[in-house]
Amino acid sequence: MARHVSEDPFRGLALPTSANRPAGAPHRAATVAFDHVTKRYGRRDDGPTAVDDLSFFVPAGATCVLVGPSGCGKTTSLKMVNRLIEPTQGRILIDGQDISTQDPTRLRRGIGYVIQQVGLFPHQTIAENVAVVPRLLGWSARRRRDRVEELLRLVGLEPGQHMNRYPADLSGGERQRVGVARALAADPPLLLMDEPFGAVDPIVRARLQDELLRLQRELGKTILFVTHDIDEAIKMGDLVAVMRQGGTLAQFATPAELLTQPASDFVARFVGADRALKRLTLRRVAELPLEPAPIVGLGESMGAVRARSGGRTPRWLLLVDRQRLPVGWVDGSTLPDAAAVDAAAAIRPSPLLGRETTLRDALSLLLDAAVRAGIVVDEAGRPVGLATIDAITALLHEQNDLTDGRDDPDAAPGPPDVTAGPTASGSRDDGDAPRGGRSPRAPRG
Amino acid sequence: MELAGQVLAWFSDPTHWQGADGIPVRVLEHLEASGLAVFVAALLALPVGLVVGHTGRGAFLVSSVANLGRALPSFALLLMLIPIAVDVQLDFSTWPILGAMVLLAIPPMITNAYAGMRAVERELVEAARGMGMSAVQVLVGVELPLALPVLLTGVRLAAVQVVATYTLGAVAGGGGLGRYIYDGFARQDTPRMLAGAALVALLAIATDAAFGVLAHATAPRGLAQPLPGRARQPAADQAG
Repeated sequence: MARHVSEDPFRGLALPTSANRPAGAPHRAATVAFDHVTKRYGRRDDGPTAVDDLSFFVPAGATCVLVGPSGCGKTTSLKMVNRLIEPTQGRILIDGQDISTQDPTRLRRGIGYVIQQVGLFPHQTIAENVAVVPRLLGWSARRRRDRVEELLRLVGLEPGQHMNRYPADLSGGERQRVGVARALAADPPLLLMDEPFGAVDPIVRARLQDELLRLQRELGKTILFVTHDIDEAIKMGDLVAVMRQGGTLAQFATPAELLTQPASDFVARFVGADRALKRLTLRRVAELPLEPAPIVGLGESMGAVRARSGGRTPRWLLLVDRQRLPVGWVDGSTLPDAAAVDAAAAIRPSPLLGRETTLRDALSLLLDAAVRAGIVVDEAGRPVGLATIDAITALLHEQNDLTDGRDDPDAAPGPPDVTAGPTASGSRDDGDAPRGGRSPRAPRG
Repeated sequence: MELAGQVLAWFSDPTHWQGADGIPVRVLEHLEASGLAVFVAALLALPVGLVVGHTGRGAFLVSSVANLGRALPSFALLLMLIPIAVDVQLDFSTWPILGAMVLLAIPPMITNAYAGMRAVERELVEAARGMGMSAVQVLVGVELPLALPVLLTGVRLAAVQVVATYTLGAVAGGGGLGRYIYDGFARQDTPRMLAGAALVALLAIATDAAFGVLAHATAPRGLAQPLPGRARQPAADQAG
């Protein structure tokens, strides 16, 4: 069956194109198109397919995540882009050029490649590892060295400390960073990442994901990213290609569309029953209305604090040190006016949230710490306000109202732009997580 | 105890340290011939082992050569090669033993070169190819350095075996430390025979030690420590 490559998923994406690239500027990002690509195993024409008639288009500068269960052909699809595997039928185009007409080694030197086990060469130093492609391209030693230093800083590693070490000396997370630096070495317009964060623990994984998102905002590369983890796909992708066994494309859409309008039961099941919660992955702490943080400095007297707040001093005050970094919460009601607030009186601070933290992670951290509010800090770690569970759930309800009710034939069609309150009729049952325990088909209000 | 004293006395006799049958000359002869045999065997075995390990094709050839080589006793080979050497008018005190030693040295080198290449992680090779290295660059820049420790172990094994076995050369009239054993036996000069055996043992141990030092010096630095986290994860998406 023919699949049309819809333009719709790209609506609203700010995409760099060749048209707005300044003349002479390096080629920052490439487009990738799969054109009816099929890969069969075995020699027979009717052999089993690893990838079946795959067609999609990734605009320049977008991150496209290929996601699906094992054996769905996502890694095979990725490896066809740098010709480690050749398709049986169909074409893959990079910037409109059919890659089958290009020399494989030259093609690969222009594509960054990160693999699951990182694939750093254990017998080479970090600097040598990062400089693999520049060396293949014949860059001078000096230019390579400068580039290695620049890249290690970019991925958050101190060049002086790491350049001459070996991969075995590094932690899993550090090796993963070096892997990304290596893929970026020759500034390729396209990166292929095959489960790049598959081999690190969940905490490091989340941090590496955040760093890649930050990097991607800076660099604007086109990225093809393979994962089996739908959460990672939703977090990392501008576009997500959900694949299923046999290598067929189940849905190609933006993460939001995937969560609100799964194209089939398979996609709905793969995305999971907690779609409403997952939608929180798409929102950041920065989008929340923050409550002001009642800040008190180290050594400040309670009297001064009370005078400053004009008698409406909240009970709990956020103690910050001389660098204005949070120390902990202080119960102001127990302290007399004359008392200077010191660190001994503080209890541990509630979770610190970055502005880029996803609401899902934020909610999880707050629930974990059993607190009502987390401290939102800026890049320097200074508090800028408080993010509350109430604010997050309010946003969740708002989201539910925007979802259409097409799974429910009896649901009243909502107005095109619903701005009504949380009890609007368009609200989805499975989104009402806070009430819990209800069957999805329970009577509705 | 008396015998040990006699052997020591043999060693302390200054005439045994001089001339064409002196210890230094015999040791040199032994090392020269062993070195030549290992060198020739390496030229034959290593390229085959590396190529088969690199391509994964012809593994059957490697295991056949290795098994055949282990099954053939060097002494029998030597006796088979002597009439051939006489036939083609080659010096039968030099060439048959060299041939036997080359055949002795090939199996450990070919199997270790092969095993070393196979032990290089597939992911690394694929990463190298995926970054745009040519087949030769992958072989020389990635596979060979990583296979080197295992490969050198093969050379070390071969060298020690050849040094220990080259004593057979004396049977065909060749030089080396085998002369002391063979002549000692022929003349019923037990101290000489034992001294020869002790010298061969010492030389074999020294060879092993020398290769140990070489292996340490040439080991890729990043591999000096055991690699953490190298255990293969069950690949979730092997086929996909």
